[in-house]
Amino acid sequence: MINGEETEFLADSRDSLLDALRERIGLTGAKEGCNNGNCGACAVIMDGRLVNSCCVLAAEVENCDITTIEGVATQDGLHPLQQAFLEEAALQCGICTPGFIMSSKALLEQNPDPSEHDIRFWLSGNLCRCTGYDKIIRAVQSAATKMRG
Amino acid sequence: MVASKEYKVIGTRPIRHDGTDKVTGRAQYGADIRLTGMLYARVKRSPHAHAIIKKIDASKALALPGVKAVITHQDFPRPPEGVGTSGEGAPQPWRFQVENFLANKKVLYRGHAVAAVAATDAHIAEDALALIDVEYEELPPVLDVREAMSENAPILHDDLRTKDTTPLATNNTDKPSNVAAHTQIKRGDLEKGFAEADVVIEREFTTTMYHQGYIEPHNGTAYWSKDGHLTVWNSSQSHFVFRNQLANVLQIPTARVTVVPLEIGGGFGGKLYMYLEPLAALLSKQTGKPVKMWMTREEVFEATGPTSGAYVRVKMGMKKDGTITAGEAYMAFEAGAYPGSPVGGGMNGIFAPYNIPNIQVDGYDVVLNKPKTAAYRAPGTPAGEFPGDAVINELCDQLNLDPMDVRINNAAHDDDERPMGGNWGVIGALQCMEAMKNHPHYQSELQGENRGRGVAMGYWGNAGGETTSSASVNADGTVNLVLGSIDIGGTRPALAMQLAETLGIRAEDVWPRVVDTDGVGFNLFTAGSRTAFAGGWAAYELGQQIRAKMVERAAKIWECKEDEVAYGDDGIIRGPKDGDGKDRQFTFKELCGQLGRTGGIIEVGANINKTSVGVSFAGHIVDVEVDKDTGKVKILRYTAVQDVGTAIHPSYVEGQIQGGVAQGIGMALTEEYHFGGDGRMQNASFLDYRMPTALDLPMIETVLIEVPNPGHPYGVRGVGEVPIVPPLAAVQQAVAEATGHRFNNLPITPASILEALYPEE
Repeated sequence: MINGEETEFLADSRDSLLDALRERIGLTGAKEGCNNGNCGACAVIMDGRLVNSCCVLAAEVENCDITTIEGVATQDGLHPLQQAFLEEAALQCGICTPGFIMSSKALLEQNPDPSEHDIRFWLSGNLCRCTGYDKIIRAVQSAATKMRG
Repeated sequence: MVASKEYKVIGTRPIRHDGTDKVTGRAQYGADIRLTGMLYARVKRSPHAHAIIKKIDASKALALPGVKAVITHQDFPRPPEGVGTSGEGAPQPWRFQVENFLANKKVLYRGHAVAAVAATDAHIAEDALALIDVEYEELPPVLDVREAMSENAPILHDDLRTKDTTPLATNNTDKPSNVAAHTQIKRGDLEKGFAEADVVIEREFTTTMYHQGYIEPHNGTAYWSKDGHLTVWNSSQSHFVFRNQLANVLQIPTARVTVVPLEIGGGFGGKLYMYLEPLAALLSKQTGKPVKMWMTREEVFEATGPTSGAYVRVKMGMKKDGTITAGEAYMAFEAGAYPGSPVGGGMNGIFAPYNIPNIQVDGYDVVLNKPKTAAYRAPGTPAGEFPGDAVINELCDQLNLDPMDVRINNAAHDDDERPMGGNWGVIGALQCMEAMKNHPHYQSELQGENRGRGVAMGYWGNAGGETTSSASVNADGTVNLVLGSIDIGGTRPALAMQLAETLGIRAEDVWPRVVDTDGVGFNLFTAGSRTAFAGGWAAYELGQQIRAKMVERAAKIWECKEDEVAYGDDGIIRGPKDGDGKDRQFTFKELCGQLGRTGGIIEVGANINKTSVGVSFAGHIVDVEVDKDTGKVKILRYTAVQDVGTAIHPSYVEGQIQGGVAQGIGMALTEEYHFGGDGRMQNASFLDYRMPTALDLPMIETVLIEVPNPGHPYGVRGVGEVPIVPPLAAVQQAVAEATGHRFNNLPITPASILEALYPEE
């Protein structure tokens, strides 16, 4: 299952999940920044766990439930994190943004009320070179407040 | 401090036009493209830092099923004579540019491209690299800038002679040299200046190469059609400059090259340079198919352009009252394998914030066996300005003077003579210094052990340059704005807002679009902090033209003279009273509805090349704590003050500042190019290169000072580059206070701190 849809694909035995998403399935929202798990731009949620899709072999994901950035917004509109990233100007070039949103989503699913340190610690697996992180942290704080209601 | 003028749109924070695509994964970046029948190509790179290429044999690679073509330097047409634009610096010889695309006869750094191979699948292209046999004769590499300048250094280019533009021109000889250029800035009388000082100190500083660290690796996809038209899709900071370069090096007419800009995932100067596009073009020509290329992160570190490592020596004199009497600097910058370091940025920056009567700055551009350097945010200025501010901080310590008082007393004022010649015009250096001094951060007492505070200033000159833009008005009152400068971090809203302000409409009613090289006339690069300034000028001119045409149409409808109609800044078009004495007016939207019947839709174009650039000054305050067991430096508090001219979209101005601060902190503390003696970068991954993460930084407070640039209708100054300059000296001073040691070689790593604290262990 990818973003709630049953998906079948053929992959080369050397393809990572990131290769398969981007080259075989046409979901290019997950980005390649390093291809070795350092930057987090390719983050997706796999069976409820945040993973760097460049470090997962495509062949491993059979029968897994995967959410990518393309599956975060719904028919009703943007996810509160997406809305907060826009309102707080938490992106400049935007290449790291899908990874940060997936990572933040995974954080808020297990910790709805994180401290600034919790957010910084959790997001330290995602590199952003444009923003200095300030506005990203604020966006996650703002989305967390909204999501708690 | 705020700008005196009242604006309706400028200074607000609308959601950026391209935002939704970027938070939903829909935005298309260079690597996201897929074309029917596309091949994938990779680059074979040199394992040696300096070697002669004896032979390249691609026969085994070509025999691998799926491999379609292999190219080497010989597949390029003979490079044109002379020089061509290359990135943000001075134009460079075409020959050097082509040799950097694919090495000819010699490889000059590890990672230098030697051949490229296209195949039906990315894995096959990768496999084919190992099957290309290259025979090398290794030469000794030279990796240190001072060694490269020495008499017996290995020579990179037999035909390179020093170009010495200083008055004495002592370096102009007919001997091959690694010193490509020697330049000088001079005013006053140094000897007299030093004689007047109560204290004179001289210090040496080094900074390493640093990478821009954009998260998106370089990419480029090309299709060379059978009728000779080349189309390139990529992520760059300058698609028009790339188009012109491709036309030159591939020798095809400019109009037969189309470069389609896809979204760009960061550049900071590093994506002003082509690496893959010409190779993809040649491979496409050979195979008749579209060819896609991209780099791995290791290739980005080893084979694109970081900024220069530098050796800088500074001597300054100060009176007991804090007056700076003289400043002398010697700067040797690593250009990498080909000439063209940003030493000029360092020379211009070092004494810029201060009015020092006697100065001399000598700059050297030096080639050595490292990757050819590229522009990186305020190119050359962090490495060049850090030593000057560090020496001022040390002098303040020695004379027991407040470092902000000293800066304020020596500040450059409006219309003062600039060190590099000419006059400053209206500047905000002093306003920044005063705001720093009065800021609660600076006024607070720093308590606790192993803590220190530092301050420093920064300067960047900003840029103007050729800009072309067009706009069309729709019947429903919305406007399409066509841009030819790449949006790398929020210039779509910044330019749309300036057009909206001019027309008196909402930012949301202007839709900005960055188009390909066929869609609008030439635009210079997105660099030099020029886009909000120059693109804003163009947007203002477009707005003025639309206003004039709207007045024309209203006059036609009201059957009155044009000078009886006024276009208000509120977007209301007012005419003379009608026969019954009633006011006549149209809203912008109402009049747009009448355009079709009064002569058709309005479309306007603007070509500008403005030189009335406003320079930027900034000053930062930082508190740090040093862990004496591990040597780790923690940033406790950070405040960045900057003259931003007018903040068009304040959120993105703040974001530029915060991002620059983070990169400057990386230069000061954690990032470095670590070369082995063989010239191999030993930390070519994000994990080992160590850019700051979210956990390494605190919130970064920004203070926006608005001293409008009189050379722009809305007072815009570029804002993106200067914030990377002050962190180096500010952090160095804070660490000095915390540890009692001045670290003049950056980065200040935990290892260097522990070595200084415990020299006997």
